[in-house]
Amino acid sequence: MITVLSCISMRATCVIKQLIEFKPWGLVMFKKATLVVALAAIGVSAEAQETPTLEQMWEVIQQQKAEIEALKSELDEAEHKIEETDVRVETTASALDVISQSGGSQSSAANWTENTSLGGYGELHYNNLEDSHSDANESEIDFHRFVLFLGHDFNEKVRFFSEVEIEHSLAGDGKPGEVELEQAYIEYDYAQNHTIKSGLFLTPVGILNETHEPDTFFGVERNNVEKNIIPTTWWEAGVNLQGYLVDGLRYDLGVTSGLNVDAFEGKYKVRDGRQKVAEANANNAAYTGRIKYTAIPGLELATTLQYQSDLLQGELEQGAAATLFEAHAIYEAGGFGIRALYAAWDIDGYYEEATGKLGADKQEGWYVEPSYKFFDNFGVFARYSEWDNQAGTGLVDSGYSQIDVGVNYWLTPQVVFKADYQDQTAPDAKAEMDGLNLGVGYSF
Amino acid sequence: MRKTVFIGLLVCLVTLSVPCRAQRGVFLTPEQFHQQAFAGQGENQILWLDGDQLQQAQRILGHRFPGIRTRYVAGGTRTAWIFDEIGKTHPITIGVVVEASEIVQVKILEYRESRGGEVRYDSFTRQFIGGSLIEKQPEPKLDATIDGITGATLSVRAVKKVATLALYFHSLTPVAYSDTLAEGSLP
Repeated sequence: MITVLSCISMRATCVIKQLIEFKPWGLVMFKKATLVVALAAIGVSAEAQETPTLEQMWEVIQQQKAEIEALKSELDEAEHKIEETDVRVETTASALDVISQSGGSQSSAANWTENTSLGGYGELHYNNLEDSHSDANESEIDFHRFVLFLGHDFNEKVRFFSEVEIEHSLAGDGKPGEVELEQAYIEYDYAQNHTIKSGLFLTPVGILNETHEPDTFFGVERNNVEKNIIPTTWWEAGVNLQGYLVDGLRYDLGVTSGLNVDAFEGKYKVRDGRQKVAEANANNAAYTGRIKYTAIPGLELATTLQYQSDLLQGELEQGAAATLFEAHAIYEAGGFGIRALYAAWDIDGYYEEATGKLGADKQEGWYVEPSYKFFDNFGVFARYSEWDNQAGTGLVDSGYSQIDVGVNYWLTPQVVFKADYQDQTAPDAKAEMDGLNLGVGYSF
Repeated sequence: MRKTVFIGLLVCLVTLSVPCRAQRGVFLTPEQFHQQAFAGQGENQILWLDGDQLQQAQRILGHRFPGIRTRYVAGGTRTAWIFDEIGKTHPITIGVVVEASEIVQVKILEYRESRGGEVRYDSFTRQFIGGSLIEKQPEPKLDATIDGITGATLSVRAVKKVATLALYFHSLTPVAYSDTLAEGSLP
């Protein structure tokens, strides 16, 4: 209405201005008439826009009130919907949280999977080695180890763990490989910080015997000292107690089956005495104790002592009591790392006679391995090692030494590619293998 | 005779180990952890995560982040986060306090693995203090030198992942945004 009145008013003002600007009197009378008409027009327009009556205003107010009520109702409804949506979003998110935390399953089977774990590791090796004594070449590719772990928690204190391995891909009569049960035990936390383990388990000795996933060490093949002296991988059946004495200081005490070296078959190396808990001769048990210190980040100090009353398991009247001593240190800080290990078997003198191998009553070795990781996923190492399975006398040329240098590249923290070069020094009568090793390994 | 020595040795070990801290179990409840971090002044908050943020969290953890949001406690310029992350076979409950985009505390609230409990020692967790996020592709990394625990590689890795995730999530909160504004580094 204000807009209409403004327009009319503007038109009237315009006409009046025109009339004033025209000076000739001949036209004055005409202009006056026009002015009257214009003013009359304003009067008519103003009359058309009369102030509404109280009734009309009341009607308008009622209409507006109804509109406000309707809008208010719509607003309440919208707010209610928003609140409902909030509740639904919260419920959905909570349900998603529950499903996510239960691994995506809402069935009762989730309880079983929550308490059961599956893992494994594997390593493929390529060796291109040459015997520098005979110039014989050995080029071989081998899926050395394929391992699956299966564990289950019966409750918070009782659990089962197992490890099954296929070595060299193909097992059976005349085949190069084996299917092996390397771990299968029940563990029970009988007191705070103390656990008892019973079954078939890895002997607590050395660096690699218990932790040998390929992504955790440098070098394609496991080092020869732990392999030929300890002898890794070594498992026995029996009972083991484990626990913490003070923060970071752990003990292991075990009574297990022992080694059984078949002297009649010309065997003499401790490695040949592994019975692998396969219908094993259990006439003479082995007693193992270990102390391990890991309280300082990056540092591990450990030592193991094992006593076995007869390495020949009663096959001969005169036994061959044996003691294994092993000690090692690991230190890793920043990218720098160093590992050093010494292991020695001291076997009663009759062992030498029984096996017919001079000096076999002492079998020992050591290595030192510095390494440096330039990045999280790339590192280099060097290793010097010596081992001798007839170290009892200085009369036999039986000692080996080896230098290894190589690199590890971790594609992910648990997938590794490895390359190294080995330079071996062997007794004159034995193969002296030098050359390149390549490998790929994983664990999960 | 040998059995007697063995049993005697066992009894000595158990007796000697009484002062040793527990290797497994609950060391700190979430309430105690928050109380230590905020002295009762913290407020519960929720951080909702969009697709890109969930993807980034997945890259940091190496597996899917459970859920589409996460709860945290904020007070002043601090945020505190608690996550469960599997070490070898069991989840470790880890608490991380972040202030001004740097870690000020890492605590192991509960450890359930049978080995590797050394990650709860202060000598290990204090290495994270001052750690921050460094922008790298495809995912941000923890800028701190952490020496591991031998034989507990997977538990160490779990703590490092959670510390990195807490720093990343902190960077998505209003607290981090106001920090950035205060520093005047935004255009």
